[in-house]
Amino acid sequence: MSKKVLVLGETREGALRNVSFEAIAAAKKVSGGGEVVAVLLGEAVSEFGNELVAYGADRVITVEHPHLKSYTSDGYGQAFMAVVDQEQPEAIVFGHTAVGKDLSPKIASKLQTGLISDVTDIEGEGADAVFIRPIYSGKAFEKVKLKENGVVFITVRPNNIAPLEREERSGDVSSLSVDITNLRTIIKNVVRKSAEGVDLSEAKVIIAGGRGVKSKDGFEPLQELADLLGGAVGASRGACDADYCDYSLQIGQTGKVVTPDLYIAAGISGAIQHMAGMSNSKVIVAINKDPEANIFKVADYGIVGDLFDVIPLLTEEFKKVM
Amino acid sequence: MNIYVLVKRTFDTEEKLVVSGGQIQEDGAEFIINPYDEYAIEEAITVRDAHGGEVTVVTIGDEEAEKQLRTALAMGADKAVLINTEDDVEEMDQFTAAYILAEYLKDKEADLILAGNVAIDGGSGQVGPRVADLLDINYVTTITSLEIEGETVKIVRDIEGDAEELETSLPLLVTAQQGLNEPRYPSLPGIMKAKKKPLEELELDDLDIDEEDVEAKTETIEVYLPPKKQAGRILEGEIPSQVSELVSLLRSEAKVI
Repeated sequence: MSKKVLVLGETREGALRNVSFEAIAAAKKVSGGGEVVAVLLGEAVSEFGNELVAYGADRVITVEHPHLKSYTSDGYGQAFMAVVDQEQPEAIVFGHTAVGKDLSPKIASKLQTGLISDVTDIEGEGADAVFIRPIYSGKAFEKVKLKENGVVFITVRPNNIAPLEREERSGDVSSLSVDITNLRTIIKNVVRKSAEGVDLSEAKVIIAGGRGVKSKDGFEPLQELADLLGGAVGASRGACDADYCDYSLQIGQTGKVVTPDLYIAAGISGAIQHMAGMSNSKVIVAINKDPEANIFKVADYGIVGDLFDVIPLLTEEFKKVM
Repeated sequence: MNIYVLVKRTFDTEEKLVVSGGQIQEDGAEFIINPYDEYAIEEAITVRDAHGGEVTVVTIGDEEAEKQLRTALAMGADKAVLINTEDDVEEMDQFTAAYILAEYLKDKEADLILAGNVAIDGGSGQVGPRVADLLDINYVTTITSLEIEGETVKIVRDIEGDAEELETSLPLLVTAQQGLNEPRYPSLPGIMKAKKKPLEELELDDLDIDEEDVEAKTETIEVYLPPKKQAGRILEGEIPSQVSELVSLLRSEAKVI
């Protein structure tokens, strides 16, 4: 049975996020040949509609309102529920992003349905779709499905489901007018901390430092390499606890779970709780002075050596070939 | 101030998982308070100490969870509630948990409800916001700072590494992110006191909940461990030559750069 699927598109710093294209690809599978309708919420977002069509959306609905300039669960909740009321979807797909994580439980609660969050893979299509998601931060996986008939609602983890090929297509981009009222949260300011706007959960390359980085300044060579490769810097709990960096950089079972194409672990010994957060990365490189370090057990490539020798050399070497 | 904290008993983060018969084996494993819930408990105690009132910790589970509730009481919470679902609920999902908690909380006139932003086992991060929606109160997730000044609540929350500053008001549900505070260890006098603090045990009947009302919406078909990674290659030779070998391997063999 084919399904009509709503997908929430997201923008960040004036561009659509990759995860939105991935969510469309997931929605295509869930739809089993049904219609995929992308939804864009914001102050002025209609310009992005055609791009969502190019990545596979059949139709786009935009809700534009000054109160949607910043995300709030009230504002986005009202706008998205208005689209749900109009479209009566049989499935919904969000990205498992800050917005997706915050908003999806509210919508699922209003629809009194199950929500399968942080999906990394989908088996089968349409009514037979089964969703795979990590549990215990990736130490194990589970296959989940909705028990009864109801709205199938999933959030997809960035970087895991491949987007469809971009192709020029045409699809209707329409707007829905929604009265957004009674916001209980007022956003005052956003302080940018993530360097260069590369978010850890979406980064293709992550250079992570552990206790071996030794100090705040010790992260500088890592940042330099990350900038060169268009990646982000992460850290182990050891480095965060030692105050070498902000907790927002922590990767692990407490902290972020990441799945980049390339993960370079520098001066990280590889505690179980850290490995839970990164061991599903596509390629792992370990750099550590201790040849017995646990991290080498999950690494595809290892260099036994001092990160302060290896990382700058690595940066130089990449500069030569890129 | 009437403060509630939603806590969950979870596997210790240092535990290795064993799966047999399609289930995670719990025998002999160490259990802890979900680490994110510890931040919530700590914050609740801090808010109570600053503004007065009472902190009640609430969990859903079986008798085993009493240990984690006692730990929360030893940290400084005033009361604990165990909603024991062992006999009534076979399969629980986030819908189930949120429904039960909201039914318990609906007549409590909570000013502030705190929870962890995610549990390290299921990792869904849904229960907090779902409870807030059912109670029709506002919620803010992944907070790293909380200040209550009269009617105004000033919050900083982590949004993918950036810090968002916002204002809202009570009643409110918040979920704790790492960095919110440094949870205290229970002191010896705290542990002694905790033994005498009230720990109430409730069942679904006590909350007038029918088993059918809380039937899970989702179903786990299978649980499995990821395939073991093959041991990788430790490069050899002088460091500079290892580095250039690595770069060429990443480009030609792994094809990630």
